[in-house]
Parts: sequence; C-alpha cells; structure tokens
Amino acid sequence: MEIGIGHYLILAGLLFSIGFVGVLRRKNLLMLFFATEVMLNAVNVAFTAIGNYYGDLSGQMFAFFVIAVAASEVAVGLGLLIVLYKKYGSLDLETISSMKG
Amino acid sequence: MESLVYVALFAPFVGSMFAGLFFGNAPRNAITGWVASTLLFVSFLASVALAVHVVHHGSVHVTMMDWISAGDLSIPFGFLVDEVSVTMMVVVTLVSTVVHIYSTGYMDHDKSYNRFFSYLSAFVFSMLILVMSDNFAGLFIGWEGVGVCSWLLVGFWYHKADRPFEENPSISPSWAANEAFIMNRVADLGMLVGIFLIYWNIGSLQYDVVFAAMPNLADGILVAIAIALFIGAMGKSAQFPLHTWLTDAMEGPTPVSALIHAATMVTAGVFLVIRANPLFSLEAVSGVSLFIAALGTFVAFYAASMALIARDIKRIVALSTLSQLGYMFAAAGLGAYWIALFHLAAHAFFKALLFLGAGNVMHAMDDELDIFKMGGLKKAMMGSYIYMGIASVALAGLPIFAGFYSKDAIIETAFNEGTYIIWGILVITAGMTAFYSFRQVFFSFHGEKRYEALGFHPHDMYKYVLVAMAPLAILAISFGWFMDDFKAFITKNLPAYEMSHHTHHWAWLLGLIVVIIAVAGIVIAYKKYAGKGANAWKRDEEFEASFIYKLLENQYYVPKFYDEFLVKPYTIASEKFWAIDKAVVDGSVDLIAKAFYKSGDVSRGMQNGNLSSYLNWMGAGALLLVVAAALATAIG
Repeated sequence: MEIGIGHYLILAGLLFSIGFVGVLRRKNLLMLFFATEVMLNAVNVAFTAIGNYYGDLSGQMFAFFVIAVAASEVAVGLGLLIVLYKKYGSLDLETISSMKG
Repeated sequence: MESLVYVALFAPFVGSMFAGLFFGNAPRNAITGWVASTLLFVSFLASVALAVHVVHHGSVHVTMMDWISAGDLSIPFGFLVDEVSVTMMVVVTLVSTVVHIYSTGYMDHDKSYNRFFSYLSAFVFSMLILVMSDNFAGLFIGWEGVGVCSWLLVGFWYHKADRPFEENPSISPSWAANEAFIMNRVADLGMLVGIFLIYWNIGSLQYDVVFAAMPNLADGILVAIAIALFIGAMGKSAQFPLHTWLTDAMEGPTPVSALIHAATMVTAGVFLVIRANPLFSLEAVSGVSLFIAALGTFVAFYAASMALIARDIKRIVALSTLSQLGYMFAAAGLGAYWIALFHLAAHAFFKALLFLGAGNVMHAMDDELDIFKMGGLKKAMMGSYIYMGIASVALAGLPIFAGFYSKDAIIETAFNEGTYIIWGILVITAGMTAFYSFRQVFFSFHGEKRYEALGFHPHDMYKYVLVAMAPLAILAISFGWFMDDFKAFITKNLPAYEMSHHTHHWAWLLGLIVVIIAVAGIVIAYKKYAGKGANAWKRDEEFEASFIYKLLENQYYVPKFYDEFLVKPYTIASEKFWAIDKAVVDGSVDLIAKAFYKSGDVSRGMQNGNLSSYLNWMGAGALLLVVAAALATAIG
C-alpha cells in the first residue's frame, strides 16, 4: 500500500485532535504544555507532508520555524511553571485560579 | 423726542433690575420701593411730555434696532408713540406710580418686599412694550410679558396652602396664578394664529403696512384674522368663557389687583381691538364686530349679576371690572373706538382708586375679605371712606363724575346704532352697577359695627399713602370734563364716531334714564344695607337658600363645569397617558438597559479565573468559527 498525502493528513488531524482534547480536558499545567506540543507537532507533520506533496520547500521551512518558536516557548513557559509551582506548591489549574467572576 | 421715548420705556425696567439686586435672602430694603416709585414717576413725566409733543407735532416713530431679520422676515424693535399709545402710556404710568407708592405702605410688613417691587416694575415695562410697539410681534412680547408678571404677582404668596373649593373658590394663590396663566395661554394661541395669518397674507407685521394692506385681502381671511385676534383679547380681558381667572386672580396682593387686574393689563384686550380698528371697522368683519359688542354686553350683565350677592370685597370689585370691560368691548364692537378708550382711561382711574380703597379696608381688617363681617368703618377710616365713595359714585355713573361721561357715551352709542337690546341691557346693568358698588360701600362703612364683636381694631392707612391716592380721586371726579378735548385729540388717529341728530336730540333723556336707574340702585342699597339699630341689615336665610342666590354664588356653576368637564377628564387622560408613557416609552428604554445588564450578569460567570474553563470557551469559540466558515463556504 502506497503511503500518500492522505495518510499524513489523517495522522496530523488525529494528533491535533488528541492535543486539542488534552488542552481542554487536562487540569495540570505541565500536561497542558505537552498537549500544545502535540498540537504543534501535528501541524508540523501536516506542513512537511504538504510541502513534500507540492515539491515546495516552504512547508518544511515553516516546520523549522515552528520548532524553533515552540522550543523558546517551552523555555519561557517552563520557567514560569517553576515560579508558579514555588508559589502555589501545585500546578493544578483548580487550585491556582484566584479570580472569581 | 427719541430719548424721551426710551426714558419712558426703560425707567421701569431699570427700577425692576434695581429691586432685583436685592433678591434672594436680602432683607427688606425700603430703598427698592422708593427707587422703583421714583423711576416710575420719571416714566410718567416722560409720558406726559410725549403726550404734549404728540398734541403739537403728531406721532413719534422710532426704531431702536433690528430685532428679527431672517430671509424675508424683518421685524425691527420699533416704537410708535401716537395718540392711542400715548394715552395708554400716561394712564399706565400714572396708575402705576400711585400703586407703587401705595405698595410701599401696603407691603411694608411683607418679607418679600424687594421681590414685589421687582415684579411690579417689570410688569409696567412689559405693559409699556405692549402699548408702544409698532408691530404685532412686539405687542405679543409685551402681551406675554404682562402674562408672566401677572402670574408671578398673583402667586406672590405662593406659600399659602390650598383650601377646598367650597371654602374658597380660588383655592390658593399658586392655584389661581396657574389658572390665570393657563387660561391666557389658551387665548394666546388664538392671538398667535392671528399674527401668523397676518404675516402669511401680508408679509409684514408693522401696523402701518398691515392696516394699509388689509382692505385688499379676501373676506374670509379678514374674518379669520379678526376672530383669532379677538380670541387673544378675550383671554387677556377675561371675557366669557375665559373669565373665571380674573376673580380668582384676587388672591394676589391688592396693589397688584388694582394695577394689573383692574386698571391696566386686563384692558390690553380692549387696547388690541382699538389698535386694530382699521381691521375691525372693515365691512367684511362687521359680523365679528357685532359679536364683540354682543359678548361685551353679555359679560357686562353677567358679571354685574354675580357682583350683586358676592361677599368677598375684592371679588365684588373684580366682577365690576369684568362688567366694565364688557362695556368697553360693547363700545369698541359698535365702532365707537374713542369712546371705548375714553372709558378705559376713566375706568383705570376710578377702579384703581376703588381697589386701593378696598386694600385699605383689608389692611385695617387684618386681611378679612368678608363684607358681612365689616360695617361702620366710617369713623375709623374717614380717608378711605371718602375715596371709596368717590370711586363708587364714578363707577355708578352719577353726573359730574368721570364714569357718567364715559359710560353714558357707550349707552348712547348703543342707542345710536339702533341695537336696542344692547342698549336695554347696558342700562339695566348700569343700575346693577350702582347697586352693587354702593352695597359694598354701605356694607363696609355704614351700619352696625359688626367687626367689634369679632375683635378687629381697624386703623386707616399711612397718611402719605392716602395723599398719594389723591391724583386718582381727582381724576375719578374730573376726567369726564375733558371729554371734548380728549375726543379732538384722539380722533386724529381713531375714527371720529358721531351721534346722529336723532340721538343727539334724545341724549338728555337717555342720560336721565341711566341716572335715575343708577340713583334707584343706590337708594335700594342704602335702604337695605346702611341702616342701624332696628333697621340694621340682617341675613336673609330664605333668600340665601333660593336657587337664584345659589346660582349667582356659584358663579353660574361655570367654574364647577370647567372643573368637572375639562379639568377632571384632562387629569384622568393625563394619568392614563402617563401610565402608557411609563409602560411603553420608559419600558423600552429600560429594556435595553436591562438587557445589557442581564447579559453582563450572565457572562460574568465565565470569568472564573480557571484557565481550563477559559480554554474550553476558547475551544468552543474556535470550533464555532470553523463551523461558521465551513458553512459559509458550503453555502457559497
């Protein structure tokens, strides 16, 4: 069976959905980060697959950009998480909410 | 001469402004009264000087400035001092001066002394604008100005509480002030329509232009203008059916009643008809003129009949004012404009005197108005007694006194015109006038001293006040002697109304009839009310229970009728409309506000500080957008 663009896109869609559900359902901030990471990489898969399909390098280039941005985001994000953990002793979203609408 | 016009006009204004400086919580300041009185006297002197000038050199016409000028509309702020207006100016300023000086004594103990003079002088200023203006717009401004001042002055003691209608038909000063103002507004609408019609059809409001153009207009338009203007005059001069406010306006201080509701403002309607005589003497509007005469005659009789049994001293005088205004309209309607003006001037003098005398009596009796509680005041108040006597004789129209000449001329006019019904009613009314005016004099000054039992200690007014009233008394006696001079002077401007030979022949008999009837009225009044001891007046319970007495006492139930059929339905309708307004207009506005408030209240729940739920919302929103975009693409 030839693996075509369709398979890649389905994989990307599945990964994105898993990440999306993770973002919505997870209560731990660290897990949220993982979930967004999954979503970003799902997009990367889609980019590279489509770039390859059209024989255009911009898709893969975009994927590199996303990886770089995601890396720096994780660096900053993890820093913030450590501060939050020091402050609240937990990364559970229920416990660190201070605004009551 | 121009400067004299401005002095005459603006001196009262300056007086008013000066008194206005001491407004608010400023304590009573005698200076305000004297400054206002002096400035009015200056205005009076200027008016007299202008009168002399008009006699020798004819009328003065000045234009102070452009007032309204927009497109084709151009109304200058101009003043016309001719025979008619200068007569009014002299009368107004003379009576005003006396009333101002009188007020310095009468209002002596009132805490709002300064305010009173501010209003009173402002009234004179408005009245002068009314009579001096050379166009209808200026007249209207003065017309409204006197209305406002009248409102302020009738309601001067606005703090007095309301009393039920049965106890006091005028309820309270503020109620009476509002009634006067609102009723005049109704009439002013008619006047305004008349002015619009004039401008619409002629394109100018200047008297000279308007009256020159009038004969060329269509008959229907002329009749419409005449009716509309007369409706305005009816309101200001309190003619039936807009008359109820005048008797209620007696809630104001007595000097106000004397100046505004007897001598000057209420004659503005007569003045308007006289001023517009080129219109009212046109053939096309002869029907309207006859109606004016008939209505005037009716009011003369109608008001006199109510005065026959009235117990309130000021109401009696107010009703006699109404009655005399009816006489003036009768003369004006019959085309005898100069006679109407002559009666207007004579009436101003003796009626102001009568009112001020009534004010003295009230002052002496601690504001008691009921003549049943007076009697035998002659000893205590000789000065006022003489003045009231002179004024009543003049009002009754006995020979030599002013009222005789002017009223007799009106009655003669009715005979001359062949309107015998009007003549007959006016003659009977003359007898009634004599009866009720002397009834009031005898009640208050003759007979038993009924007040003693009630614990009053009457005392006469200040001497200087009595002296200040002297000019009015002198004119009430002598004004009639100058009838021929006045006629020669005024007919340069007004149509010279002449009696026919036939009337001239019978004039002595007509005069005699009137005098006999008047004397009869006085004698009856004397018999009934002036007796002492065994002949003293006693209340006639049986008569007081009769239908006629009740009818007259309740003013023919006209105020009741207005209350039941106009005021109450209007109140009910207003309440209904208010409810609708609250439900619909207020409701829809409130609904919008409430919707925003509610939506905020509900969506506030989203801001719970939980990142997870934010993300849920965000996800839902993103999904929604994607679905929407997909749908949009699918629909195309």
